[in-house]
Amino acid sequence: MPQMLYRNALNRALDEELARDENVVIIGEEVAEYNGAYKVTEGLWKKWGDKRVVDAPISEAGFIGMGIGASMLGVRPVMELMFFSFAYVAFDQMVNNAACVRYMSGGLINAPIVVRGPANGGTNVGATHSHTPENIFANVPGLKVVCPATAYDAYGLMKSAIRDNDPVYFMENTLLYGDPAAGSEIPEAEFTVPIGVAEVKREGSDVSLIAHGRSVIVALQAAEQLREEKGVSAEVVDLRSIRPLDEETVLASVAKTNRAVLVDENKPFCGVSAQIAATIQEKAFDDLDAPVLRVTSVDAPAMYSPPVEKEQIPNVRRVVERVMQLG
Amino acid sequence: MLDQLAGHPHADAEVNRALSADDKVALLRQMVRIRRFEEASLKYYNAGKMGGFLHLYIGQESVAVGSISLCGENDHIITAYRDHGHALAVGMGMDECMAELYGKRTGCSKGKGGSMHFFAPDKNFWGGHGIVAGQTPLGLGLAYGLKYKGIKGAALCYLGDGAVNQGAFHESLNLAELWDLPVVYVIENNGYSMGTSQERSSAFQNCLAQRGDAYGIEWDVGKGHDLYEVRAKTQVALERAHGECRPTILEFDTYRYQGHSVADANAKKYRTPEEIEHYKQNYDPINVWKNQLAAEGILDEGVYKELDTEAKEEAKASVDFAENSPYPNPSELTDDVYWEVDEGTEAGKTGRHFFHD
Repeated sequence: MPQMLYRNALNRALDEELARDENVVIIGEEVAEYNGAYKVTEGLWKKWGDKRVVDAPISEAGFIGMGIGASMLGVRPVMELMFFSFAYVAFDQMVNNAACVRYMSGGLINAPIVVRGPANGGTNVGATHSHTPENIFANVPGLKVVCPATAYDAYGLMKSAIRDNDPVYFMENTLLYGDPAAGSEIPEAEFTVPIGVAEVKREGSDVSLIAHGRSVIVALQAAEQLREEKGVSAEVVDLRSIRPLDEETVLASVAKTNRAVLVDENKPFCGVSAQIAATIQEKAFDDLDAPVLRVTSVDAPAMYSPPVEKEQIPNVRRVVERVMQLG
Repeated sequence: MLDQLAGHPHADAEVNRALSADDKVALLRQMVRIRRFEEASLKYYNAGKMGGFLHLYIGQESVAVGSISLCGENDHIITAYRDHGHALAVGMGMDECMAELYGKRTGCSKGKGGSMHFFAPDKNFWGGHGIVAGQTPLGLGLAYGLKYKGIKGAALCYLGDGAVNQGAFHESLNLAELWDLPVVYVIENNGYSMGTSQERSSAFQNCLAQRGDAYGIEWDVGKGHDLYEVRAKTQVALERAHGECRPTILEFDTYRYQGHSVADANAKKYRTPEEIEHYKQNYDPINVWKNQLAAEGILDEGVYKELDTEAKEEAKASVDFAENSPYPNPSELTDDVYWEVDEGTEAGKTGRHFFHD
């Protein structure tokens, strides 16, 4: 079976969901005639036409809010943010309206919307375009947040997200779109990956590397280096979904390895890994042979300078060094 | 007859000529019910029975009642936080609304929304929204949904004069015109965005709705205290939405007697008592309509007293209902957060959704 890239896996999932449900509509900046700023929606406008794949003006608060309103009437919009950083200009709509309308209506309303786009640093586009807001949105009850690391998961989670009846914020990664390391063999028969289920991406016995998004790829590469150069057997747990969160898989891994290093592109303060660390200390304290350590982004706005930004976000060297600090 | 209608130039609009005497009395009853409901809510808010804010609609009743009276089964309504009038006008009951103010489980939102967040999707009423202009893209989305599904309908999206300066509203106007969406933005201009007058908050030429010119959106402005005028102008907008799938901005001048909310400590400082009294004496929508119906010979004082008494009794009964209703149980805090969890689906059972102890 040939490898499919992350971007193409997303494209296939979107195409299949457009075919499955006439209420699915893709809306975003440059998603239609331009074929997508990152080519995730390439060919879909040509195939499905103006009604199903819609170019929006640069007006995130307006069109994201519009999509939320339409979803209350049963439309199932899949909204692209060219960068998930742009969520910050639509924040009121994404939090006060999408997340809270069900609660404030006493459960009378639901907003089955997907907001998707890349949420990552590492591309030298400066602080405004490099945010990783999965921790921020996962802090909001009513929202679901997923961060797939591989093409297989991107495909399966996208199909689950579109079929989910709650708002799902789907965070991708520009560095993974065309990265063969994130490519997967994808069966021809359709499948879904459930939201809220983590996966052990690599078995190991000495330490658990717990990560999400591109940090999973970094962790897998670090695990290989640890094996080759240090003789350390690292297990890699891919959270895949931030909220809901699969705590069992995390705790089972820690129970097995007795050590955890959390790899997280978030900034450290209240980042996703802070939640994971709290969970481990609360529920697996007796399993631990060492403190839970983290590799996060260095705690400053995203650096522009290309070689320095590589050091700001988690990389293989930093993960290996942190693991070796466990002693 | 002409003399009687001199103050109501739109009485002869087709949509108003179609009103029977009973219809006209029913409109009066709706306005009186809203007024008495809110007076009761104010009384018990001041008695400490409710939390949070209470944004009262008293003085503006004709705008919601007049415009919503035209809505058909495929027309949808959404507004901001001053939402009690719209809620009752769409047919929500006083009991569920009063109980919501009391924070009771029998409230329209099970005590989870409060005064600013009433909803009744079964009556095409989509809230009740607390953030100024935050509802304007949602209203656009309702219109988008109607058009997407090929349904001939409209979204009536209400906003205050203070909302017109929010970016979300301007973005919504751009999209409404760009994509030909059947949305009617109804600016209820009561002159003050909280304590700041229109003159101190908005750049405008003749009126706020005129901003539609910048987007090529049809707009109109009218006297909000006059039910005939509200109905006539709303009908034009609805026909544009239904027939041409095009947006409209309507602006109705109106006035609120109370502060921005009951918690508005400066309610009597930024407006003179004379200004408030002038409106009450000359433009009170209930008095104006009541006098109009008397002039038309279809209402006498006895009928008015009867419906007024009924409204007061209904409001008092809703207070009793709210008083006697239970509060939600703290165990219900995490209900109504996720559809999938509430419905017990596989997705709702997969992974941890809530992170408290």
